[in-house]
Amino acid sequence: MSAGRIPNWADVTLVPLFSVALAFALSAVLIWAIGESPWDAVKLMVQGAFGSSYGWGYTLFYATNFIFTGLAVAVAFQARLFNIGGEGQALLGGLGVALVCLYIPWPHWSLALIAASLGAALFGAAWAIIPGYLQARRGSHIVITTIMFNFIAASLLGYILVNVLRVRGSQDPASPRFPAEVALPKLHEMLALVGIPFSRVPPVNISLLLAIFMCFAVWFMLWRTRLGYQIRAFGESEPAAEYAGISPARITIYVMLISGALAGLMAVNSVMGEQQRLVLNAVEGAGFIGIAVALMGRNHPFGVFLAAILFGFLYQGGAELALWMSIPRELIVVIQALVILFTGALDNMVRMPIARLFALRGGR
Amino acid sequence: MALTEPQMRQETAASDHAIELRGISKAFGPVQANKDISIRVRRGTIHGIVGENGAGKSTLMSILYGFYRADRGEILINGQPTEIPDSLAAIRAGIGMVFQHFKLVENFSVLENVILGAEAGGFLRPSLARARGLLQDLAREFELNVNPDALIEDLSVGHQQRVEILKALYREADILILDEPTGVLTPSEADHLFRILRGLKDQGKTIILITHKLREIMEVTDEVSVMRRGEMVATRVTAQTSPTELAELMVGRKVLLRVEKTPAQPGDPVLQLENLRVVDSQGVEKLRGISLDIRAGEILGIAGVAGNGQSELLEVLAGLRPAEGKARLRGTPFPLSGSGADAQTRRAQRIAHVPEDRQRRGLVMNFHAWENIAFGYHHDPAYNPSAWRMDNDAIREDARGKMERFDVRPPDPLLKASGFSGGNQQKIVLAREMERNPDLLLVGQPTRGVDIGAIEFIHQQLIHLRDAGSAILLVSVELDEILSLSDRIVVMFDGRIMGERLPEATNAQELGLMMAGMA
Repeated sequence: MSAGRIPNWADVTLVPLFSVALAFALSAVLIWAIGESPWDAVKLMVQGAFGSSYGWGYTLFYATNFIFTGLAVAVAFQARLFNIGGEGQALLGGLGVALVCLYIPWPHWSLALIAASLGAALFGAAWAIIPGYLQARRGSHIVITTIMFNFIAASLLGYILVNVLRVRGSQDPASPRFPAEVALPKLHEMLALVGIPFSRVPPVNISLLLAIFMCFAVWFMLWRTRLGYQIRAFGESEPAAEYAGISPARITIYVMLISGALAGLMAVNSVMGEQQRLVLNAVEGAGFIGIAVALMGRNHPFGVFLAAILFGFLYQGGAELALWMSIPRELIVVIQALVILFTGALDNMVRMPIARLFALRGGR
Repeated sequence: MALTEPQMRQETAASDHAIELRGISKAFGPVQANKDISIRVRRGTIHGIVGENGAGKSTLMSILYGFYRADRGEILINGQPTEIPDSLAAIRAGIGMVFQHFKLVENFSVLENVILGAEAGGFLRPSLARARGLLQDLAREFELNVNPDALIEDLSVGHQQRVEILKALYREADILILDEPTGVLTPSEADHLFRILRGLKDQGKTIILITHKLREIMEVTDEVSVMRRGEMVATRVTAQTSPTELAELMVGRKVLLRVEKTPAQPGDPVLQLENLRVVDSQGVEKLRGISLDIRAGEILGIAGVAGNGQSELLEVLAGLRPAEGKARLRGTPFPLSGSGADAQTRRAQRIAHVPEDRQRRGLVMNFHAWENIAFGYHHDPAYNPSAWRMDNDAIREDARGKMERFDVRPPDPLLKASGFSGGNQQKIVLAREMERNPDLLLVGQPTRGVDIGAIEFIHQQLIHLRDAGSAILLVSVELDEILSLSDRIVVMFDGRIMGERLPEATNAQELGLMMAGMA
């Protein structure tokens, strides 16, 4: 307890960096143990994720997803609410995007983007407000209810895709393709305007800018508005918040609305930007990765941005690894899991020795 | 070499004592909860430990029961030096503890609770049968009758307490510690409990009774030890002492901090309360009909041992707890429950509140000082230039001024609240609440954990605010503070007002007796 204090800068830089380093070291041992060269693997991953505009494109595409879901978890955690339901909220966000894109004729993608963003946020928020309400008014634990709502969301989406949105005669539980007018500009098109060549293949699109904008927006909301002030106060101390006249129930509901909306926005990138139609598994676990991203990013929007890039790298680099080396796909998941384990669950394992080091240095 | 006579006497005397503590010290960070405490408890007696809340009684008993380890000192059980690293060791040494808040499984039966953790083997039936037999014996012997098959949740509080005692006896405790056992009991339940304790004593059990109620000490104990501020200040044979002496010892006679003040010029009534009642979530009546009024320009001091309803009174007035009864603010009735009875509304009605627990309620410890200066007043238009944006620079500027005027050291708004000393944390809270010149200021324990220099400053500020025309409701367990600041004094005991006194016409002894419910 006495050695528990570390300077803030070390807490936000050293601790996550050491965690990642440890995770990578253990991964290297694993790769070495199955008879492959860790060094080659690292080279391949870095090369695959950052070595070409193709690799960058995919890394940034994944990162976009993770920024949205990471922000969702981070905002909720500022109020000490653990929103595990990003997955379900993003699925519903996808439904919102699909409905907006399929049933309203849009003259231009920009209008469609605004409307689809609103639809995604609205559906995500609506899905999050139910657990939020249950927590605020009935005391049902948000971790339990949001997990259950992930399953309900998956089933609901399956039902809607099969019975409502599916193309007649198709075996595929997916919506029809969105009209070409609502296709979002890809990053290579945007960069071409300023004369920078970029690979045409990866699905990274204008949603990346939306994600970066949301980082700023969330930061502004948390640290420059009264609502953010109340959210943080409630998260730090409920008795104190009560004393200040901050209603715990109201803050819980507001926070879950914002969190759900952010998770829902992820669908703009994956459903509208990449797939161009709603498929059964549009979220692909990004909702859960968001938890790790928020943990590693210290629940700060800028930290979330950096952590999202790291996880984008793991996704893209990992895919390359499976493709070019005889490392089984499952090992990639193991490496990703190790990073989550070290940055998330084993946080204190790294923090304590660092804290002790600082205590030693301070004691002299 | 043969033992000299005094040594021999000491040896035999030692084994007369069920418990002996030698030089026990325990600190939590900078707070010295127990300072070099030595005490002997004779076997087969009821030994009372009295002291105000925070005097260190519970810490001492937690050390004895293995919840904390002492930093220094020695524990002797029946004359044998004994290590008590955990509660299992305490039970093995024959110590049983009845906590203030019971440790019972609500939806288990009495029998199941009694054997819980002391089952003989993997099957329940033999243990249950043994416990049933024992319970029958105990019921006969000590009036400890409880239906063994009743569920805990169906029992009254008094019966639940008996189950706790039975649990200890089932574990063959010879030494029974009861922490504030009558706090939750009705008077007749308390009398029953005392009969049980006397019966146990007659069987040779040793009983330690922790309480702050002098009536109980006088009634059941053989000897009594008094604790004050972490120290054991005296041990007396009960028959040879008096409540007056004990009250004096408990409260202590420190140098009176005299506060420079002119006589109050009371104006119109600011707050009028009529028959205020509060029942907490466990159904215990915390306020039993409080009626009082406070005028502009006066300080009404509320004296009392902590836990007699003062905290609840503050919380009701601050909008943190619903109550029944009638209340008027500047002559206008205002609601005590439902809508319009929340903390924001009260602040808007110019009622400011310095809470008793600044670290839990009054401050967000991880927030910067400037964020804490806005705390509770974050709706102030001066802090919110538009609906969307909080003007952090304006708050910082405001905070800097307030911190300087209240002599907060260092006057740095960018420092976290946790980085200030207790006294300076308190000054931040006071600056926030007092600089707005409220019509009514509620203050709980304004100088708890605050150093002498800061105490003087805080007292002066309170007098200034009074002279500026605010009504101040001061709750404090420090009698000196009450005596030197108040223009009128009201003593609370057990959720009631015991009486009202003028500071110049009373003294610490009289108030001490009223605080103990003796007057």
